[in-house]
Amino acid sequence: MITPATPKSWYLPSKPHKFCPGCGHGITLKALGEVIDELEIQDKTIFGCDIGCSLLSWDFFACDSTQTHHGRTTPVMVGIKRARPELITIGYMGDGGGYSIGSQHLLNSAVRNEKVTLILVNNTNYGMTGGQMAPTTLPGQKTETTPYGRDPELTGYPTKGPEFLAELTSDGAYIARGTVAKYKQLKRFIKNALLNQIEGNGFSFVEVLSTCPTNWRTNAQQTWHFLEEEMEKEFPVGELKSPLGKGDK
Amino acid sequence: MSLIKIALAGEGGQGVQSVAEILAEAAYNENKQTIYIPNFGLEQRGGVSIAFIQVGDTRIGAPKFNKADVVIALSERAVGRTAHYSDKNTLYVYDSGFSPAAEDFPQEAKQIIGIPAIDTANNELHPRVFNIIIMGAVIGLTNVVTFEAAKQALEHKLGHKFEKNPDLRELNYKALEIGKKMAEDSLQQEGVSHIG
Amino acid sequence: MQKVISETKKAFMTGNETAAWAALAAGAEVMYGYPITPQNEIMHYWTRLAPKYDRKFLQTEDELSAGFTTSGAVQAGVKAFTATAGPGNVLMQEPFGMAEAMRLPLLAIIQQRGGPSSGTVIYSQQEVTLTTYGGNGEGHRIVYSTATHQELYDYIIKGFNTAWKYRFPTFVLGDGYQAKMREPLEIYDPEERGIEMVKTYPLIGREGHIGENREPQHLCNIYSLEEELYDVVMKTSAEYEKISPEIVEYDENLCQDADVLIVTHGVVSRAADDAVKALRAQGIKASYFRPITLRPFPAKQLREAIAKSGAKKMLIAESAYGQLDRLTKQEIYGETIVIDHLFMPGVGIVDHDIITKVKSML
Repeated sequence: MITPATPKSWYLPSKPHKFCPGCGHGITLKALGEVIDELEIQDKTIFGCDIGCSLLSWDFFACDSTQTHHGRTTPVMVGIKRARPELITIGYMGDGGGYSIGSQHLLNSAVRNEKVTLILVNNTNYGMTGGQMAPTTLPGQKTETTPYGRDPELTGYPTKGPEFLAELTSDGAYIARGTVAKYKQLKRFIKNALLNQIEGNGFSFVEVLSTCPTNWRTNAQQTWHFLEEEMEKEFPVGELKSPLGKGDK
Repeated sequence: MSLIKIALAGEGGQGVQSVAEILAEAAYNENKQTIYIPNFGLEQRGGVSIAFIQVGDTRIGAPKFNKADVVIALSERAVGRTAHYSDKNTLYVYDSGFSPAAEDFPQEAKQIIGIPAIDTANNELHPRVFNIIIMGAVIGLTNVVTFEAAKQALEHKLGHKFEKNPDLRELNYKALEIGKKMAEDSLQQEGVSHIG
Repeated sequence: MQKVISETKKAFMTGNETAAWAALAAGAEVMYGYPITPQNEIMHYWTRLAPKYDRKFLQTEDELSAGFTTSGAVQAGVKAFTATAGPGNVLMQEPFGMAEAMRLPLLAIIQQRGGPSSGTVIYSQQEVTLTTYGGNGEGHRIVYSTATHQELYDYIIKGFNTAWKYRFPTFVLGDGYQAKMREPLEIYDPEERGIEMVKTYPLIGREGHIGENREPQHLCNIYSLEEELYDVVMKTSAEYEKISPEIVEYDENLCQDADVLIVTHGVVSRAADDAVKALRAQGIKASYFRPITLRPFPAKQLREAIAKSGAKKMLIAESAYGQLDRLTKQEIYGETIVIDHLFMPGVGIVDHDIITKVKSML
């Protein structure tokens, strides 16, 4: 029997992981695991995760890891990186943690060009708490707190994280948006985001379009349709800013 | 010496806090126990600046006090603002260039004395040494530090300016002396002995 | 690490300047902070001195960030601290709570200002409850309440050691008066005084190769099951109680024979000390007890002071409306001594205030 290769940097005692069937976190973390292996940074990586579904990754890797509070992964990673610049810090969070409750940290660490890598999973809702509206919820999308669909008149339009971070950051920052629907590209973006930190260029950020069939209440086909059609239309995929000379629009 | 509590109050820019700092440092250099605390923050912004100084031989208790041995109020507003620090044992000194309303003066004081510090600075010396006259006056009223220690502390604080312009040194020393004499004369006229 | 102070020096400085020197002398490598009065000058002095001694600083976007960045640095094994006051202390309860949960050795200097809300920027003792028991936890913290600049210096140095030895978040609780006033103290190098500085070590970011000579470290503060959390909290509580007798500090005077026992903490204890002397001089048998650690509280020692003094009355005086009072009462539950109070929230207390109050009680 052939089993899919497991990244060396995965922590096997915590597998199988606890994400829901069809959730995009597993794909994202697989790409990240493979990149950690390829860059041979397992021993000096600090993986930090937020509250929300991302917290289920607290023991996902065989890397030193720390779980923080909702929205506070960014400052914890900044605090570590500034204190110990030789470490590779990876902050892992959801759209609520990054764009809502922790937005001041995201914005200011981007402005300061903090040499950390942040990976933000955008699944258009608060998954862990039961499917409430997120900053990234699409107009008209139904959630537990927008049962009649998100009305932009009342709650605005979806947050375009990479776009505003690309505007805010100075030279040296790496900003991209990938999707779990395009694995190779996503992995390349994550790798670039880590290379950018290793090279000491500046702030590195990847938003990952991801799936949440549990809260979307979608079957496999509907899930994939929402991700590839609805979400990508609102959130264009590609590298928005790269000092690495490997731009991929 | 027993503990001496001084409240110095004026408008922002009159140099009340720098005088307090120099005096406190002079007392510290004479191996006395000293606490100096400014009022600060919102209270001070656009308000009356007050410096609280205490000098003694033994460890000093609370950093602020309710009643002072000497209050020096250097503006009209400062008089109203500091009246409550005065009681029957307080020497309450204000600049006679102002005419505060009678009700602004303290209800109780050992003696209320006006001194012409601002006029003297403007007419006989230079407006910029007004605060040094006040520093001299504090010494004249309290003997809280020796004249020598005050000069040394001045040198420490302003030495770099004196280096560039030696005339300034003379001006400051003169201001200190005039202030001291002004206070001593006032005490004599009023028949009050100095504090401390 | 470069020595900051080669030989003991007399100094005449503000409490905030004292705090910066103490942190430097203690070998702190990093300060993360956010401006709020009356602690600002700790940052001002740190940012002037730190580059000379190869230490680091970041002005963060808010107090949440200051607390969390500090918690990150200490996890990575770096001696780090922050400082705050008032509403900043409120915000920092979130990272302080995480530090409590994860046993992070962070040190925070709190210069209390008036409250509630923005209150005043000047002074109070109204952050006692917040600093000892803030957050959604059990108060597993160590809180030193200082009264003089010398203590501020001594307890900041000690506080780093306490934090790293026991791994409980540690606080040095000052106030706006202590922050802004100048008074004499001695500054010194702790090692020269025979104070051994506890070595820091990384909780994450450790040496070695994962899977070969070490296991990965997984730190967390959330648990799937009630029972898991219960076990953690019970274990932490047991450890806290076990080490408490080693940490507790207090000061007392004339507690051998007294009619009234005056309990104060922090800067107010200076006035209490003077008041006791003045009252004794007038033939009134007053005595003085002061918890230096508010957490853990010297409950045993206070009970002993009550017993040996034979005092029938206790006065609790504080620049707050009953925060030390509540803390003390819960710690000496069951004592029958009559407790009176002098609550002066947000204003200073002088010896005269205490003397007058004591006389009215007898």
